[in-house]
Amino acid sequence: NITDSDPDGRLTVTDKDVKLQEIALAKNEGKELTKEEKQRLRKEKKQHKKNKKDDKGPPEKEKEKEKASVPAPSKPATQSPAHKAAPAPVHASESAAAAEKPAKSKAELRAERRARQDSERTSKQGKKEGGQQSASSKPKATPNELQPVVKRLPEHVQVDDPAALKKLAKKLERQQVPLRSDYGYKVSLFSHLHQYSRKSPPTLQISIPATVIHPSIVRLGLQYSQGIIAGSNARSVALLHTFKQVIQDYSTPPNEELSRDLVNKLSPYISFLSQCRPLSASMGNAIKYIKKEISNIPSQCKEEEAKGKLQACIDSYINEKIILASEAISKYAIEKISDGDVILVYGCSSLVNHILCKAFEKQRKFRVIVVDSRPRLEGREALRRLVKKGIRCTYVLISALSYILPEVSKVFLGAHALLANGYVMSRVGTSQIALVAKAYNVPVLVCCETYKFCERVQTDSFVSNELDDPDDLIVTRNGKSHLENWQTVKSLGLLNLVYDVTPPDFVDLVITDLGMIPCTSVPVVLRVKNVDQ
Amino acid sequence: MPGADKETELSERIEAFLSELKRCGSGAGSLRGSAETARETTSLLRRITAQARWSNAGDLMEIIRKEGRRMTAGQPSETTVGNMVRRVLKIIREEYARSRGSTEEADQQESLHKLLTSGGSSEDNFRQHFTHLKANVIEAINELLTELEGTTDNISMQALEHIHSNEVIMTIGRSRTVEAFLKDAARKRKFHVIVAECAPFCQGHEMATSLSKEDIETTVIPDAAIFAVMSRVNKVIIGTQTVLANGGLRAVNGTHTLALAAKHHSTPLIVCAPMFKLSPQWDSALQELVLRSFCFLLPGEILSKVNAHCPVFDYVPPELITLFISNIGGNAPSYIYRLMSELYHPEDHEL
Repeated sequence: NITDSDPDGRLTVTDKDVKLQEIALAKNEGKELTKEEKQRLRKEKKQHKKNKKDDKGPPEKEKEKEKASVPAPSKPATQSPAHKAAPAPVHASESAAAAEKPAKSKAELRAERRARQDSERTSKQGKKEGGQQSASSKPKATPNELQPVVKRLPEHVQVDDPAALKKLAKKLERQQVPLRSDYGYKVSLFSHLHQYSRKSPPTLQISIPATVIHPSIVRLGLQYSQGIIAGSNARSVALLHTFKQVIQDYSTPPNEELSRDLVNKLSPYISFLSQCRPLSASMGNAIKYIKKEISNIPSQCKEEEAKGKLQACIDSYINEKIILASEAISKYAIEKISDGDVILVYGCSSLVNHILCKAFEKQRKFRVIVVDSRPRLEGREALRRLVKKGIRCTYVLISALSYILPEVSKVFLGAHALLANGYVMSRVGTSQIALVAKAYNVPVLVCCETYKFCERVQTDSFVSNELDDPDDLIVTRNGKSHLENWQTVKSLGLLNLVYDVTPPDFVDLVITDLGMIPCTSVPVVLRVKNVDQ
Repeated sequence: MPGADKETELSERIEAFLSELKRCGSGAGSLRGSAETARETTSLLRRITAQARWSNAGDLMEIIRKEGRRMTAGQPSETTVGNMVRRVLKIIREEYARSRGSTEEADQQESLHKLLTSGGSSEDNFRQHFTHLKANVIEAINELLTELEGTTDNISMQALEHIHSNEVIMTIGRSRTVEAFLKDAARKRKFHVIVAECAPFCQGHEMATSLSKEDIETTVIPDAAIFAVMSRVNKVIIGTQTVLANGGLRAVNGTHTLALAAKHHSTPLIVCAPMFKLSPQWDSALQELVLRSFCFLLPGEILSKVNAHCPVFDYVPPELITLFISNIGGNAPSYIYRLMSELYHPEDHEL
C-alpha cells in the first residue's frame, strides 16, 4: 500500500511509484517479491524514515525496520518474536551509516559491513563494554562473567500495547505472513495476551498453492492451530521434521550464502507458525539450535553437503534430546515405582505414558488413576494408551481430586517447560494437583527432558500464558447450553487458560535425563548446558 | 368417615412427598433447592400434626419420628428433611414444657450439674394431655415456616457488610443463596465475579449467566484453573449442601480443592448457609456416585475396562473456613456446635 509507506502525505508521481505499484500488486497476488523489489521497498521506507528523523531529531529506540534493512546474519534470534534476544545496537549504528551510502553496490556494502562487524566484535571483547551486549554472543565469549542482559519483551505478551501491535503488523506484512485477529471478549486480567478462535486459522488467508510460505509449514501451522498436533514433544518433533523438508527443498539463490540466506528464509515461517499457535519453550530451544547449526556451516561447504549435514544434525537432536532422553528418564523413574503403587497422572503427557508402559513391561505391579479436566479432556487419550497396554486404570475428573487422593501413593506429572526460578510450567490444573497432593502428603514427581528448560522466570500464571478458544467451554447438558450466546451478554467472559505454573515447594523431585534433581537446580543445568555449547 | 379420609389423604401426601424426594435424588426430576425441600417438609409436618390422631405429646413425637425416619431413608443425602424433623420435635418439647408451666427451658440442655444432682429421670414421658398443645405446636410451626421464607433475604441483607467495591470474588457451582447475596451487593457496589464451572454438570454456567444478567462482571473458568487464578481473588464465597456439626461442610465436589487453594493464598473463605442446613451429623462416608451422566465422556470399549468415579459431594474441614453467614448473622466455624445445641435437642440427633 503506497499511501501507508508515505506518512508525510507526499505523493510524488514518478516511475519509482510505478515500480512500487508493481511491488504492491505482486504482494497482493501472493507472489514472493524478488530481492530487488524488496530492496526498493526498504529504501523507500528508509528514506521516509530518514526525513522524519531529520524533522524530529534522533530516534529514541531502534525501529525494527532499520534493523531488518541490514541483513543481520549472526543475529537470527532478533527476528523471531518468541525469543527475548537483545537488541543489536551494533547493527543499528551500522545501518545508519549504510543509509548514507546508497551508491555502492550491494555486495561491496555487505562485505564492508561484515568486516566492520568482525572488527568491532573483537574490539568489544577486548574492551568488555558493559551495558548493552547481545545475549547470544555472551555465553560463547565469557561463560563465567555475570553480565547484565537487556532482553526484549516477546510480542505475544504485549497485545495491549498498540505500538507493539503496529510493529508486529508491519513485520508480518513485510514477511507476507497473514495477521491473525483476536476473537471474543477477553477477560481484563489477560488483555495483554492473544485470544484466537479455532474457526479462523491464519491458513484461511493464504492463497493456495502457497508460494511465499512452504506448503509443509502451512500444513504444520494448520495442525497446530486446530489442535491436531498437541503436546510439547509432538510439536517439537513435527517442527523439526518439517524443517528437514524445508531444507531439502531449499536451493541457494546466486550470490547468496546458505548459512545466511537459509536463516532469513526460516524467519517468515516461524512468524507464521507463531501466528497459528504461540511457540512453546521446547520449540524455541529447537529453533535456536537449528539456527546456530545453520550459521555455523562454513562458507566453502557445497550445498548438498551442507543440506545433508543439517539434516543429520536435526536427526541427532531428535534422537538425543527426545528419544534417548525419554529412555534415560524411564530408567530413573522405574526405580521410583514399587509394587502395589497407586500412581496418579494428569492429562496426557507422552513422557509419563512412556514411563508407565515401560514399568508395566518390567513387571511392576501398580495401578493408575488418570485425572482429566474440561475442556480439553486429554486424559481420555492417556487412558486409551494405558488400557491398550493392559494397565488397570481409574478415571476421574479434576474436581474429584480430594475424593480419590487418599488412596494414591505417588503423583507423576509431565511438564511443558521448567523455568529458571524452579517453577514448573505445565498444563493448567497441574498446580492444583500438586497443591492437593501436598495437603495429603503424597509425593509429586515431575518428569521433564532437559531440552525443555528455559531461561525465563515467572511467578504466576498471568504474565505469560496462552488463551485458548473460549467457545470450548460451551457445553450442552440436558439439552440446554447456557453459555451459547455469551458474546451477546456484555458482562460475561469465558476464560480458557492453557498453562499454569507450579511453585517449586509443591514438587518433590524432577526426573531429567541428567538424573534426579530438585526443582531449584534448573539454572545449574542451564549453565552447564551453555558452557558445553 | 371423615377421619379415615383424612388419614388416607395424609398418607397419600406423605407418599407423594417421598417419591418426589427419591426422584430428585436420582436426577430424573427437576432439581429442587434445599429451601424448597425444607418448606415442603415443614408444611407436611404441620399437616401431620393437624390431621394425625394423637392424644399427648409423646404420641405426636413418635408419629413424627416414624415419618421422619421414612423420609430421610428415601433420600439420605437430602439432610434438610431430617433437620426440619428435628426442629419440629424440639418445638414440641418446648411447647410441652411451656404448657406444663416449667420455666426451665435450659432444662433441655445436658449439663454435668444436672446429671449429678438430678438422680432420677427428670424427663417425664410427655404423657400429659394438654388441650391447647395442638394449637400451640401448629402456631410454632407457622413461625418456623415464616423464618424459612425469610432466610435468603436475611442473608442477602448482610451482603454489603462483606463486599467492598472493585473486589474479585470467586465462587463454585450454583448456589441460590450466593446468587441472591451477590445480586444484592451488586445493586450498590461494582465488583467482579469468577465462577468455577464445576464439571461434569457445569452448574456454574447457569450461575454465570444469571449473574451477568444483573450487569455483574462475570468470568467462567474451568475447574482446572482454580489455583491458577486464585492469586488475584480477594474473597471466596460459596454455598453448601450441609453444614456439619464440627463446623465442616458437605459441599459440591471441587470445593475442597477451592478451599485448599484459598488457604494457600490466605484468601478468606465465606460460606453462606441458612440455619436449616445445619445438621447434627458428623462427616459420614456417604457419597453418591453418579455414573450415569458421566459416561458420555468416555467411549464404550474403554469404559468397560476402567473404573470411573464421580462423587457428588466433598468434605471440607473447618480449619479451611473463615466465616459462616447465616440468617441469624455471621459466625466462626468454632461456634457452630453451640448453635446446633440451640436448634436441636440432643436426644433427637438420632431419629
